[in-house]
Amino acid sequence: MEDTALVGDAVMVSTMTTSLADVAASGATLRAFLHGLPGVDRVGADQRAATLGTRSIKTTAKAKAIDLAISMVDLTTLEGADTAGKVRAMCTKAVRPGGDAPKVAAVCVYPDLVAVAAEAVRGSGVKVASVATAFPSGRSSLEVKVSDTALAVAAGADEIDMVIDRGAFLSGDYLKVFEEIVAVKAACGDAHLKVILETGELATYDNVRRASWLAMLAGADFIKTSTGKVSPAATLPVTLIMLEAVRDFRDATGRQVGVKPAGGIRTTKDAIKHLVLVNETAGDDWLTPEWFRLGASSLLNDLLMQRQKLATGRYAGPDYFTLD
Amino acid sequence: MSRLSVRKTYKLYIGGAFPRSESGRSYPVTSPKGEFLANASRASRKDARDAVVAARKAFPGWSGATPYNRGQILYRVAEMLEGRRAQFAEELAQSGQGGKKAALEAVDATVDRLVWYAGWSDKIASVHGAANPVAGPYFNLSSPEPTGVVAIVAPADPLLGLVSVVAPVIVTGNTCVVVASEPSPLAAITLAEVLATSDLPGGVVNVLTGRQAELAPWLAAHMDVNGLDLTGVADADLALQCEQAAAENLKRVLRPVQEDWTADPGIGRMTRFLETKTVWHPVGI
Repeated sequence: MEDTALVGDAVMVSTMTTSLADVAASGATLRAFLHGLPGVDRVGADQRAATLGTRSIKTTAKAKAIDLAISMVDLTTLEGADTAGKVRAMCTKAVRPGGDAPKVAAVCVYPDLVAVAAEAVRGSGVKVASVATAFPSGRSSLEVKVSDTALAVAAGADEIDMVIDRGAFLSGDYLKVFEEIVAVKAACGDAHLKVILETGELATYDNVRRASWLAMLAGADFIKTSTGKVSPAATLPVTLIMLEAVRDFRDATGRQVGVKPAGGIRTTKDAIKHLVLVNETAGDDWLTPEWFRLGASSLLNDLLMQRQKLATGRYAGPDYFTLD
Repeated sequence: MSRLSVRKTYKLYIGGAFPRSESGRSYPVTSPKGEFLANASRASRKDARDAVVAARKAFPGWSGATPYNRGQILYRVAEMLEGRRAQFAEELAQSGQGGKKAALEAVDATVDRLVWYAGWSDKIASVHGAANPVAGPYFNLSSPEPTGVVAIVAPADPLLGLVSVVAPVIVTGNTCVVVASEPSPLAAITLAEVLATSDLPGGVVNVLTGRQAELAPWLAAHMDVNGLDLTGVADADLALQCEQAAAENLKRVLRPVQEDWTADPGIGRMTRFLETKTVWHPVGI
């Protein structure tokens, strides 16, 4: 099943490479390219993800996986009730999650709290990510989205998580989505751009594949599954399809793009399933915090509890870890 | 034409559902004479972990319910048990707990025990709490609060003993994980069927069957368990090991005791798993 999919993709890529540079020349060429991508075998993708999810990771491998997962976490707080104090507390935890656990990859906050977060993590190596572009719905004008991005970058964000215009995408206006990503990428400057596809609203796996390619063609440094505000958020099959997309994109263009599943990943088991998926789909080039992130808030505590269980041999309890 | 008898599969009771053991294991349960009765699930440490998660999840709702409501639900359990009197009596007689008559008496005593504890739900605070006289313009009130998740190793008496250790723990608002008697666990699972149909929220009582020596140490060491009732532990070494493990997060521990389950229970088992909260409130404001 997977072999045939591979062959299909390889054929597709070889016929496309020549024209990849100018697929965005017009709405029509972009549309032709995205609709020319091979369809996703829904049953096959679900089954493949489920099979990989049964892989058993124990003892030393599990200890390694937990530490790797911690170092990949984008510790996130995106609530209307966020305060500077809450963000500072979260940043402290991001830098020192507890015991000898490694620091997380980044903290992710709203643009107006970027300055607070940047101050709190300064010098620690933890990156500051900020959602922008009228997050989470993305329903605003391009000017507002660009200035939202510029605000976050000016406040010190290292990474920008933008949302695509799902309305435009679903109604087939791919060029609008493409141009928005290009404009936001330009506003990012040196900051990395993560493009949120919000797969829970894209309806089909075919659309997930198309949106992934669209974002990568437009210059995304990362593609991210979800905002975390829509259910279902990051599911294994969706992450699988996005990992296939970044793998095929690198084969076609030589440029590596990262993947970030976000939302709904709450347990160590979920996190380890995602790591298995990365290793088996994209390969271990992606198995570093530079190229794979886990967007989460409550996941970190579960990882720390499992870590403590491995260290002490007794089941850990949430009473002994910070509240999120 | 004779019909095939439909035999019951004895499973675990975790979070209001009846799952098989995660490990897929089971063990044969026999009567004291050695006759085969049924296969019971042999729970693993991961089942124990899942049960603690379920108990923790149920705790806010159950401890937050009014004592009156908890009492009503315990009465309801007693009602449902009364309705299944014959079934329990037969099961107890089969597993060799005396004759038919003794078994019926044990079931009746169990129903009475539930009713007795149900009545305590809204009275324990009056008896065990206090309005303390203090040298200042304050009301000083002490009230008993449930301690949290309690792990119970049930005694050998399969029904009366089991209910006599579970009812006092849950009536005050705790939730529990019970390791049923190892040689005779079947009544515990049948009791779980009663609990599941008695408006008792899922996860308040979780029943595990299997090896005591395999499960008890994991529960004793679990950092998310707040109390440990070792009543059913006959092995002194195991009891010591559990007590030592329980010290890590200062669990409230009830040491193994020989008890006559037919005697008046007293309130000791309820108060063992209560914590006292004292509030100072200024007078005249």
